[in-house]
Amino acid sequence: MACTGLQSKFQELDQYIDNLSISDKGSALIPVLHRAQTIFGYLPQDVQAHIAERLDVSTAKVYGVVSFYTFFTMEPRGRFNISVCLGTACFVGGAEAVLQEFEKELKIKSGETTSDFKFSITPVRCVGACSLAPIVMINDKVYPRVKASEVAHILAEYDEM
Amino acid sequence: MERILSFDQLKKQYEEVKHQTDLRLLTLNQAPSFIQLPEPYNRDLSVRHLMVCADTGCAASHSLGIADLLEKTIEKYGLQDKVKVIKTGCFGLCSQGPIIVVHPERVMYTQLKVEHIEEIVRNHLRDGHYVEHLLLGAREGNPTTNYDQVDFFRKQTRIATRNCGVINPASLEEYISQKGYLALGKCLTEWTPDDVVDIVKKSGLRGRGGAGFPTGMKWGFTAVEKEPQKYVCCNADEGDPGAFMDRSVLEGDPHSVLEAMAIAGYAIGADTGFIYIRAEYPSAIRRLLSSIEQAKEAGLLGNNIMGTGFNFNIELRLGAGAFVCGEETALIASVEGNRGEPRNKPPYPAAKGIYGKPTVINNVETLANICPIILNGSDWFRSIGTEKSPGTKVFALAGKVNNVGLIEVPMGTTLREIIYEIGGGIVNDKQLKAVQTGGPSGGCIPARYLDTPIDYESLQVIGTMMGSGGMIVLDETTCMVNIAKFYLEFTVDESCGKCTPCRFGNRYMLDIMNKITHGQGTREDLDKLSQLGETIKEASLCGLGQSSPNPVLSTIRYFRDEYLAHIDDKRCPAGVCTSLLQYEIVPELCIGCTICAKNCPVQCISGAVRQVHYIDQAACIKCGLCFSKCPKKAIIRK
Amino acid sequence: MSMVQLTINGLPVHAEAGTTILDAAKSIGIKIPSLCYLHLPDVNVVCQGASCRVCLVEIDGRRNLAPSCSTTVVEGMVVKTDTSRAVEARKTMLELMLSNHPHNCLFCKRRESCELKALSAEMGIDELPFQAPVPEEELDLSNFSIVRDTTKCILCRRCETVCTQVQTMGIYSGVQRGFHTRIDTAFHTPMMETACTFCGQCVAVCPTAALTEVDNSAVVFKAVRDPKKTVIVQTAPAVRVALGEELGYPVGTNVTGKMVTALRRLGFDKVVDTDFAADLTIIEEATELIHRIQNNGVLPMMTSCCPAWIKFLEHKYPDMLPNLSTCKSPHEMLGAVIKAYYAEKLKVNLDQLVVVSVMPCLAKKYENNRPELSDGTYADVDIVISTRELAGMIKHSGIQFTNLPEGDFDRPFGESTGASVIFGTTGGVMEAALRTAYETITGEKLEHLEFEEMRGFQGIKTGSVKIGDLKVHVAVAHTLRNARQLMDEIQNGTADYHFIEVMACPGGCIGGGGQPYHHGEMDTLRKRASALYTADEAKVIRRSHENPDITKLYQDYLGEPNGHIAHELLHTHYTRRNKH
Ligand SMILES: Cc1cc2nc3c(=O)[nH]c(=O)nc-3n(C[C@H](O)[C@H](O)[C@H](O)COP(=O)(O)O)c2cc1C
Ligand code: SF4
Ligand code: SF4
Ligand code: SF4
Ligand code: SF4
Ligand code: SF4
Ligand code: SF4
Ligand code: SF4
Ligand code: SF4
Ligand code: FES
Ligand code: FES
Ligand code: FES
Repeated sequence: MACTGLQSKFQELDQYIDNLSISDKGSALIPVLHRAQTIFGYLPQDVQAHIAERLDVSTAKVYGVVSFYTFFTMEPRGRFNISVCLGTACFVGGAEAVLQEFEKELKIKSGETTSDFKFSITPVRCVGACSLAPIVMINDKVYPRVKASEVAHILAEYDEM
Repeated sequence: MERILSFDQLKKQYEEVKHQTDLRLLTLNQAPSFIQLPEPYNRDLSVRHLMVCADTGCAASHSLGIADLLEKTIEKYGLQDKVKVIKTGCFGLCSQGPIIVVHPERVMYTQLKVEHIEEIVRNHLRDGHYVEHLLLGAREGNPTTNYDQVDFFRKQTRIATRNCGVINPASLEEYISQKGYLALGKCLTEWTPDDVVDIVKKSGLRGRGGAGFPTGMKWGFTAVEKEPQKYVCCNADEGDPGAFMDRSVLEGDPHSVLEAMAIAGYAIGADTGFIYIRAEYPSAIRRLLSSIEQAKEAGLLGNNIMGTGFNFNIELRLGAGAFVCGEETALIASVEGNRGEPRNKPPYPAAKGIYGKPTVINNVETLANICPIILNGSDWFRSIGTEKSPGTKVFALAGKVNNVGLIEVPMGTTLREIIYEIGGGIVNDKQLKAVQTGGPSGGCIPARYLDTPIDYESLQVIGTMMGSGGMIVLDETTCMVNIAKFYLEFTVDESCGKCTPCRFGNRYMLDIMNKITHGQGTREDLDKLSQLGETIKEASLCGLGQSSPNPVLSTIRYFRDEYLAHIDDKRCPAGVCTSLLQYEIVPELCIGCTICAKNCPVQCISGAVRQVHYIDQAACIKCGLCFSKCPKKAIIRK
Repeated sequence: MSMVQLTINGLPVHAEAGTTILDAAKSIGIKIPSLCYLHLPDVNVVCQGASCRVCLVEIDGRRNLAPSCSTTVVEGMVVKTDTSRAVEARKTMLELMLSNHPHNCLFCKRRESCELKALSAEMGIDELPFQAPVPEEELDLSNFSIVRDTTKCILCRRCETVCTQVQTMGIYSGVQRGFHTRIDTAFHTPMMETACTFCGQCVAVCPTAALTEVDNSAVVFKAVRDPKKTVIVQTAPAVRVALGEELGYPVGTNVTGKMVTALRRLGFDKVVDTDFAADLTIIEEATELIHRIQNNGVLPMMTSCCPAWIKFLEHKYPDMLPNLSTCKSPHEMLGAVIKAYYAEKLKVNLDQLVVVSVMPCLAKKYENNRPELSDGTYADVDIVISTRELAGMIKHSGIQFTNLPEGDFDRPFGESTGASVIFGTTGGVMEAALRTAYETITGEKLEHLEFEEMRGFQGIKTGSVKIGDLKVHVAVAHTLRNARQLMDEIQNGTADYHFIEVMACPGGCIGGGGQPYHHGEMDTLRKRASALYTADEAKVIRRSHENPDITKLYQDYLGEPNGHIAHELLHTHYTRRNKH
């Protein structure tokens, strides 16, 4: 079953590539990687190799691009991705302590994923909501003006999920 | 909307819709052309427009739910025919969000919660009484009814953000009601491309993306290139962490950027535009995509715009988390699907840009200034701001200032005006220590330069730069060494790694900064920092490396004492650098409750019950737990 | 080209617009150091990333320092290369680059040719103000051609540029970013598992020991010192015009005679000439071509003497494999003949016989390990060493090369023609083949042996030769970028040729990955090529089919060209491989 799921993911990706309006295939690399990460959740080697093949660029180039941009990940992420903003406004507002608290609560380091793949912590640089610093996002949900002391409480929201 | 086939048809359309938004325009301090006080004011005062900020900032504090609830409640009270709820862009006073504004009274309600909605609808909209305790300023004890009267708004001049908070950005019709696409129509039908370049040149508009290069000249360089294929690119990477001007414009007034791109395309001879936008801005991306579709359907973008034969199409390209991609040559590499590594200039993008073709790259805010310039003329624009830096600048005001948010002020406004009048002063009336401008490339301006007028040149003289508009206010509780280290950490993280000075140099500077904040720095380290910093600036390939030492260099210049305190006295005067802190128990205050000892993770607090406690400094790991737990505040941090 | 006037260090300079400051300074005797910059104009190799910053100079009116390697001269420019501001910055760049570099020059393969080491000597670096731990990396020893030691990489990106721009292989990319940037293969895959062609061009341009050849000299020493072994060595055409560079001769000197003597002194039992095999190749290949033309065979036929080109085709254009000539490359042919025929004559047991090839090439180190290039038990060629390794062996053995007497190759594989010598440069195989094909088909003598349009460094050379009734269309390409262009044209049907020569290296084998380092000097390649053409002219016999030893070999052993035995020994087949 898992296999057919994977197959359909590749099909979805291929369909996207086939319908690209960008004429120069090589320059479609970054949009394709974005899409692939949405489909697969991350960018494992075989997906990167597949993309290289389909766009007719070298695998090394794809890997070079993936490893350059922080948005792309080669590791599967947790179901709930905790983005802690470490932009200036958030930093000045005490984001570091918030990040440390998440690390402490989940017993993982920033950039890592819990062993049950439930949570990942990702440091980000400004999500553009600086007025409500410090900002934490869990998937799409925004938590404004987070204090370290609220972290446990926030995580509790996800207990049953 | 029906397809617009000529400029005349657009003008007709404008005449038809222009009153749609009149109601909202009683602003006192808008740019002249936008002041359209309908005189005499004779509208039915029961007709109201309710503006709800739906920008990312307020949305983060659930303004969208409030908008929904408003509509439901209005219906419940049967007011739906008279009161219109409009989701709009940022008002600027984001720290007070969620915010709604009621027009025509110009009443602003702030920090709203769902439970406040019914009260507003019933008391204000139905019965005509203001809800006093929710008014702007009510929490600080001076509620205001006309928000234009408060310093925050009074001191501003809004050109780039003219439509944010005024129109519904999702509605092309509302944009047109504000003269939308008239500038484009005018260019296409009344002016030659050279005329357009000329107007922009004469306006003196300078790039708002950081470097301040004259926009008209840039357009001119690209216009004279002989290539048949050229491009316009809008730089919406907005990498400066702590700045969000560009996002607000894109979310709150997307068409003004699209229209300006088309004008640029006409001026230089390009039929294609790209918007390079960071992936961290999902709402702006959605808004742009739908606005492009709208404009295309209306014949205002795409092929044969307004029947003039001019074609202009716009595509989006998403960033993927790399600050350096804001640098124009890195941006080009990224658009082309490569690692965002800058290259040597020349050739400049004007000669060799995207896909090797002549390309104009402009910042979002730069573009947002174009249409008003076209409509009102360059003299009008020059009348605002200073001689060498005409116009306004949008800043994202953040940090330890009371009014955190987005502001737009004429160039030449002083820092003092911004922080104390618009910004409402420092939080908790603490002492202002410095203002950081220019983000990771900029510097820290000490409080004594508060009266410096803000323009490109003046900021450079005092060792910082305009940058893209991040403005972080720092108070006495900020450690300048630590803040410089923060920026350096950022640039070390974001360096593309291509060239030697930036790849190694910044990293070694950071090593030294870490030494200093851990109390292991020496005075020689300080010289090493300055020397290496200067070399990195001179030797680096791109603007990132050429400016990355600025935060360190400017703090060494203005806050040398603080560095020396860390180095000589092993002390962090602001009490921020953890490893230099000391926790001590004040014997006079300690009641011997043992709470601190129980909480200390390394058991380094000793003392019997009801006896004064004592911290073993050698064992203390400076976690600060005891400090926060002591019920008597008997533990001090030094 | 318009000329511009500028001053450098107060001296007036007249230079063509478009010249770099670095080159303009060079023209008046001012050397500005450089590391990442590399420019071989005739063969389209340009590395101009401006990343190392050791070439920084001051330009009046410019706020920061400018990279002279990628800043072009402008009328009225005032450049200063010797101010303390510029000199100190350049020094700092080098210090930074050395800050996490392993400092073991004494034991380093590049100790004599390292550009980084030379530069630090030149610039007088004598202490390092910054130090970081040397990154821990393992050597990539996965393959037969190239050793990667990324700890010695200074990120000049020359290899990446050459592999991507010149060879279109894209094996390397910058990966990660900032302080963690490395130059690496996709997912850090060992080179053997990539589509690398082992052309060795990345090695040829690497300024440090980050990329070097797999050094087989120790194995060769062991073999020649083993009294039980009979060791036969052969040398490729391009070796003789480059070896001298490492041993005290000016660039472009043909040192064939001394080389042969040196090889004898090193202890080889027989010293034979790959040129002989080149003649043999021509006979086989021309015969194959004529056969294909006359029998509606697959056309265009393409040369097969460059193993990097073959591997390229196997990976990237597997559908074109039938177009490849089935001929083995010359040294493999000779190896096969030696093992099948000569060994018997010498009465040497195959397990005591060692065939060593000295090649300008690193791909040949991979090639001789291809399983099909053997009789099933014994490889046709046992060991391949490069020109550089041979030079090293000569030095290690204390042989005073310049003082050596001239020697002659051993017969019967010592005789060769002018046609075979020019194999070492782009267009040479084609020219040699045309000489033979023309005369074989028409039975007439060519009056003018030189096919000028096949000479020179142009990327793709085309021409047509009237041979009897047939107009034969030919094309010559060097570097894989040009080869790729030809293949695309053929696949789209926009090009129509009978015969195509491809060499993977810029300029052909004279610019091979195993040659003495050219350090970006275009002149080196030019002089090597012209030395080959001079050698051709000096030969009495200049047509492969007139080589008497070849005729004899067919009579004595091989029978007919393309005949049964020839097919067994001299021909091979190819394998479809993954695209990446
Ligand atoms: C490291 C670096 C980051 C930059 N980031 C941005 C950015 O996020 N947005 C932007 O508009 N310009 C940015 N710039 C400036 C651009 O390179 C370029 O000057 C600008 O987009 C030109 O537009 P303007 O003339 O309208 O300002 C950056 C420059 C550097 C060196
Ligand atoms: S200065 Fe930094 S970011 Fe710019 S090219 Fe050099 S390494 Fe890359
Ligand atoms: S700071 Fe932490 S470690 Fe130090 S005494 Fe207090 S509780 Fe213990
Ligand atoms: S917690 Fe405070 S009051 Fe209690 S023992 Fe510790 S220092 Fe004394
Ligand atoms: S690569 Fe060069 S500098 Fe590095 S160890 Fe070898 S010889 Fe020395
Ligand atoms: S150069 Fe110096 S370190 Fe090297 S061998 Fe000679 S004396 Fe020793
Ligand atoms: S040997 Fe040739 S193909 Fe292989 S990595 Fe080097 S340059 Fe590229
Ligand atoms: S491996 Fe060699 S050529 Fe490639 S980047 Fe490193 S030092 Fe330069
Ligand atoms: S051109 Fe010559 S040296 Fe280069 S790979 Fe081919 S055979 Fe080897
Ligand atoms: S700095 Fe955190 S949202 Fe901008
Ligand atoms: S985001 Fe709502 S006022 Fe700025
Ligand atoms: S040689 Fe000029 S930057 Fe490297």
